[in-house]
Amino acid sequence: MSTSSASGAAAAALPAARPRTSRELGLWLAYGLIAVFLIAFLIVPIGLVIYTAFVDEAGGLTLGHFGNFFEQTIFRESFVNSLIVSLASVAVATVIAVPLAYLTVRFEFRGALLIQTLGVLPLIMPPFVGAVAMQLIFGRSGSVNLLLNEHFGFTIPIMDGLVGVTFVESIHYFPFILLNLVAAMRNIDGAMEESALNLGARGWRLFRRVIFPLAMPGYLAGATLVFVKVFDDLGTPLVMGVTNMLAPQAYLRITSVGLDDPQGYVISVIMIAFSILALWLAALVMKGKDYTTLQKGGSALQKRRLSGWESLLAYGWIGVVLLITLAPHIGILLMSVAKVWSFSVLPDAYTLEHYATVFTDSPQMIENTLLYCGLAAGLDIVIGTAIAYIILRTRLPGRQMLDYLASAALAIPGLVLAIGYLRLFRGVNLPFSDTPMVNTWVLIMLAYAVRRLPYALRSCMAALQQVHVSLEEVAQSLGAGRLSTIRRVVVPLMAGGMLAGFVTSFITAAVELSATILLTSAQSQAPMSYGIYLYMQSISGRGPGAALGVLAVVVVAIGTYLSHRFVERTRATVASSQP
Amino acid sequence: MRLTSFALALGLVGASLAAQAGTVTVLTSFPKELTTAYQKAFEAANPGIKLEILNKNTVASIAYVRELPAGQRPDVMWASAPDAFEVLARNKLLAPAPDTVNPAAPAKIGNYPLNDPQGLYYGQALAGYGMMWNTRYLAAHKLTAPKEWRDLTKPEYFGHVAISSPSRSGTTQLTVETILQGEGWEKGWTLLLEMMGNVAAVTDRSFGVPDGVNNGQYGIGIVIDFFGLAGKYSGFPVDFVYPSMTAVVPANIGLLAGGKNAEEAKKFMRFTMSKEGQQLLFDPKISRLPILPYSQLKAPANYPDPQEVAQRAKVQFDSDLAEARYQVVTGLFDQMVTFRLKELQGSTKAIQAAEAALKAKPNPRGRELVQQARSLTYSPLVSAQNVKDDQFLELFRKSRRDVEVSKQLSGIEQLWADKARQNYARATQLATEARSLAK
Repeated sequence: MSTSSASGAAAAALPAARPRTSRELGLWLAYGLIAVFLIAFLIVPIGLVIYTAFVDEAGGLTLGHFGNFFEQTIFRESFVNSLIVSLASVAVATVIAVPLAYLTVRFEFRGALLIQTLGVLPLIMPPFVGAVAMQLIFGRSGSVNLLLNEHFGFTIPIMDGLVGVTFVESIHYFPFILLNLVAAMRNIDGAMEESALNLGARGWRLFRRVIFPLAMPGYLAGATLVFVKVFDDLGTPLVMGVTNMLAPQAYLRITSVGLDDPQGYVISVIMIAFSILALWLAALVMKGKDYTTLQKGGSALQKRRLSGWESLLAYGWIGVVLLITLAPHIGILLMSVAKVWSFSVLPDAYTLEHYATVFTDSPQMIENTLLYCGLAAGLDIVIGTAIAYIILRTRLPGRQMLDYLASAALAIPGLVLAIGYLRLFRGVNLPFSDTPMVNTWVLIMLAYAVRRLPYALRSCMAALQQVHVSLEEVAQSLGAGRLSTIRRVVVPLMAGGMLAGFVTSFITAAVELSATILLTSAQSQAPMSYGIYLYMQSISGRGPGAALGVLAVVVVAIGTYLSHRFVERTRATVASSQP
Repeated sequence: MRLTSFALALGLVGASLAAQAGTVTVLTSFPKELTTAYQKAFEAANPGIKLEILNKNTVASIAYVRELPAGQRPDVMWASAPDAFEVLARNKLLAPAPDTVNPAAPAKIGNYPLNDPQGLYYGQALAGYGMMWNTRYLAAHKLTAPKEWRDLTKPEYFGHVAISSPSRSGTTQLTVETILQGEGWEKGWTLLLEMMGNVAAVTDRSFGVPDGVNNGQYGIGIVIDFFGLAGKYSGFPVDFVYPSMTAVVPANIGLLAGGKNAEEAKKFMRFTMSKEGQQLLFDPKISRLPILPYSQLKAPANYPDPQEVAQRAKVQFDSDLAEARYQVVTGLFDQMVTFRLKELQGSTKAIQAAEAALKAKPNPRGRELVQQARSLTYSPLVSAQNVKDDQFLELFRKSRRDVEVSKQLSGIEQLWADKARQNYARATQLATEARSLAK
């Protein structure tokens, strides 16, 4: 199996329905290119690995492995646990994210931009370092519990079992909701709110009946991501030592040395199916509802002033939330300047030498991370926007499949995708050279793009769902072609959501580990996440590992802040250019 | 603009890969301190040869080598876990390089052959198993440091111990096997399960245990020696001890078949086993045991001597036996301990509470109930007879891709899981009853 046959298959599928007009041709082309991309870099590589779930020893097709799977109680138990944790995480993440989004968008708030940027940081939890930092702060012998024990004589086992997983997952992934909700709320037509106010809706009622429903696409996009991500997440349960969940069960079976157990792949298939089911349900909720508003930019939600005690309450709440969600980052920062930190509230002594080590060792890694993740996130946005457009604005057959295909990547363990890449591109050289593909970083970048595409896609879909189609019809009746309508009308109106997608793709790619480890074929092409992994494999490497983690957070945070600034500026110019 | 920078970057990739001659690529799971020390020393001794270190965990390493075509693979595999080398050997991914072996090294360490009997991989350093602990943690919980495995079964250590799962960590598998061989199957499992009842966590990575002990999350960890020693010499408040029932086994190095630069790769292998290469192991941040006798090296004061540890060790480690029942031992451990840890902890806690109560107020009926609870909780679900049965073992060696085999194996695992859960539940019940009798 190779790329050429995959693209051949897609090309053969194309002429089935002939484009009626030349205007449609471009659409079909985009459709075809995306399909080829997804097939070549997602479906085929994964298929090469997980077909094991469907065949027996001799290679014949069988569903026997699925039968065996459902007979085991441990798997049924794992399934239920994964479901409970995912739902609970969505609930907790909502409680964290909704007030943050609402307060900062709807009220005049000093430092709103800073709060929104800080609110994204939890997504950047560098591998291993983040986990160690969490343990140092909230763990059995973490700072919080040591202090509690010293002063009050009790401890809170918040890092234990399913509760612990839910706790960590929700403070890690709530930014998915925050980002998408903020983008959606900014898109709400201020006139809607004014009408509601005129009709007498105030406060909680206004929020519950008008604002929140109008921001629904954003919330749902975020909540679905949280659900699917938590359902498929592997790192957190493993680090907390919880094995009775689906993802760890799959991982433990796929990665046991010398044990090629098809049941691991059966679990992968089930996780993919379930993730797609969740997305489908979310789409069902949205179906037949209109969330679009006509007016954009010029009159967004009005910012209101908070009264004295209100703002005290708001700042207090935000402070507490940020303190808890940023605790791991504070922990990483402390680790990076600590000499020895063991069973104590704070480190014993401080030093800056870890940063010196990192700066002499790995400036190349920072560069690599920026390059790979920038390219990957850029690619994601282009593809995400195109898919969103094709699904929401055209009637091309099978368009929904693009969404489901792309989103399947959420449920694929990085290791499986990486093995698939090595298998598929074995013996394939980079175009115009005799360098084997598998020796380049191109595969790392593609793996990032494919694995993080669902994030960008959800944001783009939510953004487009809020754009009223008549805006495009107006442009088209004024003589603009489809392409220039997209370029001059659709994309600018979607910009906020696209940016949210870019940011999520970028920062989550920056801390991707499992595919990175397998696909890195030389030190010179290693990104920061690999460097962090390397340092965190040894006791004396913990300091430099944390220092590199801090750098990763800083680099990504600066990127996020700048892109927010960029959006604010474009919004400002759009607003001022409108009468 | 993005496109141009992409094209430019592609060009750079091509250029950077062009200079490949004189490069030896080493695939390893060893920490950076160790690889950097060897890289510096080797490149200084061999100008013109560049060492490229590729660090991957064991699973990724095997997948990486297996998926790459011959001629593009790395040259050397260098790792602790003997099972990884076994898998590579089985897939014909290793090439013999007997001329790299240092003749000054002994053929056996204790009862364990230093080099692979088939001659495909070679012992490069030695490691023994034991317990490390965090001194601050033990002081805060008013505990004394353990000396022997049996100490870990004491009630005062409940919830303070950590181990990595033997199915995930080749080194833990060897520790478990050492205990099983030292005590015999039934008694060995009883000791092991009593220890595991006190465990706070079963981690999926070997390094998770020393990491947790270093930062004070766990009090005591069951680890390989250099994890404990390196932490101690890096300034962490931890210490390490070898129990008398331990085995000293080699960490290995091997030449990969289908590498790019076999000749110079052999030079590197020879270097790691030479006097200079062995001396590097004493670096406090590395803290591993050399294969060469101490008469040929300059060992730091008080450094453990592997030959002496191996001599002291009571176990005559049989690696063939360990290999033969590998799947049964790791599978049973996962079903009885890893996946059922909460239940095992529960019944252990109940038993310990009942015993404490009975000690204060003896009651013969209670005594009997606790005895029953103990036997339910701490007996292996596979008998010594069964594990000697070749047919039984053979089933575990068959490929799980065969639906019938997979069904049978799933059935057995399901049986173990159910039985373990039932036993732990019943034991908890019995122990609670015993405790109420002593009130």
